Amino acid sequence: MAKYLLLKHYRGAPTPVNDVPMDRWTPEEIAAHMQYMNDFAARLERTGEFVDSQALAPGGTFVQYGGEGRPPVTDGPFAETKDLIAGWMVIDVDSYERAVELAGELSAAPGAGGKPIHEWLELRPFLTAPPTITE
Amino acid sequence: MNELLLRSLTPSVLGILVRRGADFAAAEDAVQDALAEAVRVWPADPSPSSSSGAHPVRDPKGWLVTVAWRRFLDATRADTARRRREDLVGEETAPGPVSAVDDTLQLYFLCAHPSLTPSSAVALTLRAVGGLTTRQIADAYLVPEATMAQRISRAKRTVSGSGVSPDRTKPRARGRFDRPGDVATVLRVLYLVFNEGYSGDVDLAAESIRLTRQLAAAIDHPEVAGLLALMLLHHARRTARTAPDGSLVPLAEQDRGRWDTVLIAEGVEILQTALARDRLGEFQAQAAIAALHADAPTAEETDWAQIVEWYDELVRLTDSPVVRLNRAVAVGQADGPGAGLAALAVLDESLPRHDAVAAYLHERDGELTTAARLYAEAARKAPNLAERDHLTRQAARLNTRRSSR
Repeated sequence: MAKYLLLKHYRGAPTPVNDVPMDRWTPEEIAAHMQYMNDFAARLERTGEFVDSQALAPGGTFVQYGGEGRPPVTDGPFAETKDLIAGWMVIDVDSYERAVELAGELSAAPGAGGKPIHEWLELRPFLTAPPTITE
Repeated sequence: MNELLLRSLTPSVLGILVRRGADFAAAEDAVQDALAEAVRVWPADPSPSSSSGAHPVRDPKGWLVTVAWRRFLDATRADTARRRREDLVGEETAPGPVSAVDDTLQLYFLCAHPSLTPSSAVALTLRAVGGLTTRQIADAYLVPEATMAQRISRAKRTVSGSGVSPDRTKPRARGRFDRPGDVATVLRVLYLVFNEGYSGDVDLAAESIRLTRQLAAAIDHPEVAGLLALMLLHHARRTARTAPDGSLVPLAEQDRGRWDTVLIAEGVEILQTALARDRLGEFQAQAAIAALHADAPTAEETDWAQIVEWYDELVRLTDSPVVRLNRAVAVGQADGPGAGLAALAVLDESLPRHDAVAAYLHERDGELTTAARLYAEAARKAPNLAERDHLTRQAARLNTRRSSR
């Protein structure tokens, strides 16, 4: 089994096919989208492939060590920067192919007009603990 | 409450229920109930020297079988197919004492059922044969308990479909499970557990050794012995394999004084007995390579020529590209880096750790620039943090050495 992170981006990813901002969707379309995400997570729980999922607020702050005896330096919120993570889901699957398949399904969540939004998801493998045998 | 005792009793109790005709999933639930009951009511100190003078539960296994069987009957009676199953149960005579070994063995093969995915087979083995709780297995694999519970119950349903026939006229001792896995699959599942190597609440490497020992005691098969020897030989080097800060220590740099010589001696003995039977398999061949490493007083004194011969056997047995990659390393040690690079040249560059092997051989060949570039590339592709850090340090070592000239 290998864990993968499915990253949803507010922006930074290529433009999705069904590119209508969420605030232009009907409430029903938003509800359908949310339902799809919840059903997807619930289904992965039943198959024993679900690990974690969280949504993130759009605001964020860069923080940096400010030097000896000085407070940390902040630069933000950076909602205007080009890459912004909207949320994640962590899955634990048998193969890379299965991870790609699931990411594809998640990307098919309905958007405006009830059509799949085809949003781009970033798929990142977790680094694992070293196996018992390394030599 | 002695958890190890409970864990060791689980498979035979479960095996007895299954042999008596219980459906696997129902039997497993009943055994878990009985274990929970045992944790609740058994005395904290089961040793005969405790103040009560004797363990109130004189026959823990018998106690568990009785409780689990009662739970199974309760659950079965509540089932919709009540009447038919009651008939089945009513006809069942209380069995006399039987060897627990065969029952446990059946569980091993059931858990290696070909319709299970490797991860499901691993989870079910740890639960049914290992007697671990769902939480312990979930913790070991760093997934939520609910997820692991689903994985296990799906696996149970999968193998239960092939379970007992209610038709009592049919022979049930054999052929009860339509396609239980073969020995090779059982061994692969155990090796998967071993390689997970995660040491948390449950040490999976130690757990897999315990289960393989149990299997080796029950079944006379050179490859089972081969796998047990391989695990022991690898496990013997465990403490030397990482530095206190968690970073990897390559085989050549390990402090051989920290290798567990008792485990090595045991592994070598098991291996030699297995090899003497002249039924070579890949685990015996791998164990032979591990034994040659364990046998060398220093890295320089390693018998690389013989290791290459064993890799040739492994290539013949498995035809695995990963084995060929490892063989290239051994050839590089035995016949020089040029020969190693020649062996590497015919292999697919997309193989895991191909770059790391190429980097190592190029460095020994004196091509430091190429080696540094390949180490950095290998680090980018490393599957785990310890390996990535190790390879990054290798690249940095060569890069800083060149720039300081």
